[in-house]
Amino acid sequence: MPRPALRAVVPVALSLAAALALAGCAEAPGASGGSTGAGASGAITVDANDTACTLSATTAKAGTLTFQVTNSGSKVNEFYLYAEGDRIVSEIENITPGLSRELKVEISEPGTFTTSCKPGMVGDGIRGTFTVTGTAAKGSADSKVASAIADYRKFVASEADEFVGATKEFVAAVKSGDVARAKSLYAQARHPWEAIEPVAESFGDLDPRIDGREDVIADGMAFTGYHRLEKDLWKDGLQKDSGAIADRLLADVTEIAARSKTVEPTALSIANGAKALLDEVATGKITGEEERYSHTDLWDFDGNLEGSRQALAALRPVIAERDPALQKALDARFTELSALLAKHKTGADYVPYTALTAADIKELTVSLDALSEQVSKVPGVVAAR
Amino acid sequence: MSDEGLSRRRLLGASGTAAVAGVVAGAVGGYAVSRGDDDAAAGAPSSTAAAALALDAAIPFRGEHQAGIITPAQDRLHFVALDVVTTDREQLRQLLEDWTRAAERMTAGAEAAPGGLVGGGPNRAPEDTGEAYGLPASGLTITIGYGPSLFDDRFGLASRRPAALQDLPAFTGDQLDPRRTGGDLCIQACANDPQVAVHAVRNLVRLGFGVVAVRWSQLGFGRTSSTSTAQATPRNLFGFKDGTANVKAEEAAGLAEHVWVAPDDESGGGAWMAGGSYLVARRIRMHIEIWDRTSLQEQEDVIGRDKKEGAPLGRSKEFDPLDFARKGPDGRPAIPVDAHVRLAHESNLGGIRILRRGYNFTDGSDGVGHLDAGLFFLAYMRHPGRQFVPMQRALAKADGLNEYIEHNGSAVFACPPGLKDGEHWGQALFA
Repeated sequence: MPRPALRAVVPVALSLAAALALAGCAEAPGASGGSTGAGASGAITVDANDTACTLSATTAKAGTLTFQVTNSGSKVNEFYLYAEGDRIVSEIENITPGLSRELKVEISEPGTFTTSCKPGMVGDGIRGTFTVTGTAAKGSADSKVASAIADYRKFVASEADEFVGATKEFVAAVKSGDVARAKSLYAQARHPWEAIEPVAESFGDLDPRIDGREDVIADGMAFTGYHRLEKDLWKDGLQKDSGAIADRLLADVTEIAARSKTVEPTALSIANGAKALLDEVATGKITGEEERYSHTDLWDFDGNLEGSRQALAALRPVIAERDPALQKALDARFTELSALLAKHKTGADYVPYTALTAADIKELTVSLDALSEQVSKVPGVVAAR
Repeated sequence: MSDEGLSRRRLLGASGTAAVAGVVAGAVGGYAVSRGDDDAAAGAPSSTAAAALALDAAIPFRGEHQAGIITPAQDRLHFVALDVVTTDREQLRQLLEDWTRAAERMTAGAEAAPGGLVGGGPNRAPEDTGEAYGLPASGLTITIGYGPSLFDDRFGLASRRPAALQDLPAFTGDQLDPRRTGGDLCIQACANDPQVAVHAVRNLVRLGFGVVAVRWSQLGFGRTSSTSTAQATPRNLFGFKDGTANVKAEEAAGLAEHVWVAPDDESGGGAWMAGGSYLVARRIRMHIEIWDRTSLQEQEDVIGRDKKEGAPLGRSKEFDPLDFARKGPDGRPAIPVDAHVRLAHESNLGGIRILRRGYNFTDGSDGVGHLDAGLFFLAYMRHPGRQFVPMQRALAKADGLNEYIEHNGSAVFACPPGLKDGEHWGQALFA
């Protein structure tokens, strides 16, 4: 069964403070006569005690619903409105005995929901069914999603073109046997790839052929691509088949660039890609695993970070409308991590990973954790509701 | 409470079960709850196995003093020291408020955030990490402390520093590892289920990313002290009963004198500490393999108690008073002059006592085949400079035990008083 389309006024993880702030967005209440009739003010009253959860109405028309929850029991109580699968549409917590609190929820599509009072804060609570009928106008953020997607596709196309151009130069240097030049081009040639990798990762063997590391490629697969040439350039010297590997690399990069441009992302896949890029930094770059011969990991770090930042820049209008506090936190955290990373540049180039101290790595990790926690909230905010 | 309340893991963790039961059950009032358990949420837990119920029960989060100090020592510990990584005072204040909310929820047996398990829907990372879902509250306590370094010039707290909160001096024989020492903040999570304690720290650390970063942490797998007369005295990894003469919860005058900061102790900016207590943490590595090759006589002489009963040497019962004048058959003191119990005893220290709340730990092995194990010493007191410092100076100088131990981590924290309804951590500090 498809998930009912609906949206809360604020993101699902609604704090008490946010819930109270919603009082300012009140519209005409959509409550209608339910099983026992709506309250005179239009609010649905909820009498919550230690053993019962009694609503004045259990149906309402789509729009902004108001629940006035009063705790007449002796335990701290909570009130939840759930969609299918216990997904919280909205909730209000810390309703102490004797207290009355208001919860406003915007629901634009019809559907069946579950209400729950939770005396003592634990367990599934005392549940009931709640039905919403009709439809209401959607928030303007929904219309901004389409332009966000278009913006991100432009970014992907531009990076893909750059990847092909830079790879051509790198391949030419390898084939002419100019090791010094090839080494100088290597890290920056990979940079656009590191920025858009999640988009292109789904094309079968292309990703491992281009970017596979010797220890992680599948059994039976040849070790090719950038990391094979990295090993040749920095460790083994150019081999008899280095030229052929380079040719194959260029063909693969050209193909993956073309296919990347055909990907039709969603707001959710862009957001998940932004998170995946930071996960790449955490597991492969900040550990120095990715570039074990060239030690150019900080270039990959920069590429991943830039890709994540650009993905979220495309989504900015959506995030800023639905969760302005999150947008503010994202801005601050991206700025902080970029500044820390920039400390490790000398001129236009990054220092090798091996030049980092343990304290440097911890500082970057702490900042990356802080950013990643915020970025992990974006998919839930931008997902179609 | 369902049968799940009697999981094998928790039964195995229940050392001292019967003894603890009465005290904890008496203290918990209305809460006897399980995460995600309808019956429990509706109230009235069933009467299955009263002992297990008490180990499962919730300890009230709010009160005059923080829980986790005189609370009957739970079996498991996850302790973490953190550094503040932001310079923004408001972010730190907000985190302390967020932590209060999550800590209160978790100690009641609830998720760290409402609907934290799945309530965010499929596209959101769950707000609660989930590994404690369905487990009972398990006696979880979460205790916070502030280190001396928090009161530097970063957050405008210099004038709020209690005079008694000072870095510990160096002691003879210290082998302190900077990576296990100090910290701006600490969180002590104790529970009767290790998964519940680890869950608590994990979720608080997660809430803190960007504001705080973990400096070091320590797991403890078994309590080495009893903090209530209702608890049996547990054994440390030397195999000896430990903490027999501890200050205990039932000893009101002793607590007032030795554990709780009195209103007159701090005039000025540190007055917020009244009702709080200072925590000294020391990671004491034991040279287990060497100890194990030591004769019983030598072991008992080093400790000053007999190994089986725990009685002071020259006496027969664990709780017999220590008689330092008594001579053995050879005419020498029954309790040797360098025995641990003699040097650590109040009569040797001008009446000083502390409330010990330590845990046995092992962090695996050390790379050359020896256990990296010992005692994670935690002790609460009214004034570290007048209690722990003279005590440790005396021990560091002469304790026969020093041959078998090494202090390699150290920290001191000011643990504020308990919270009243509606209050949160940091409120008094940032007032």
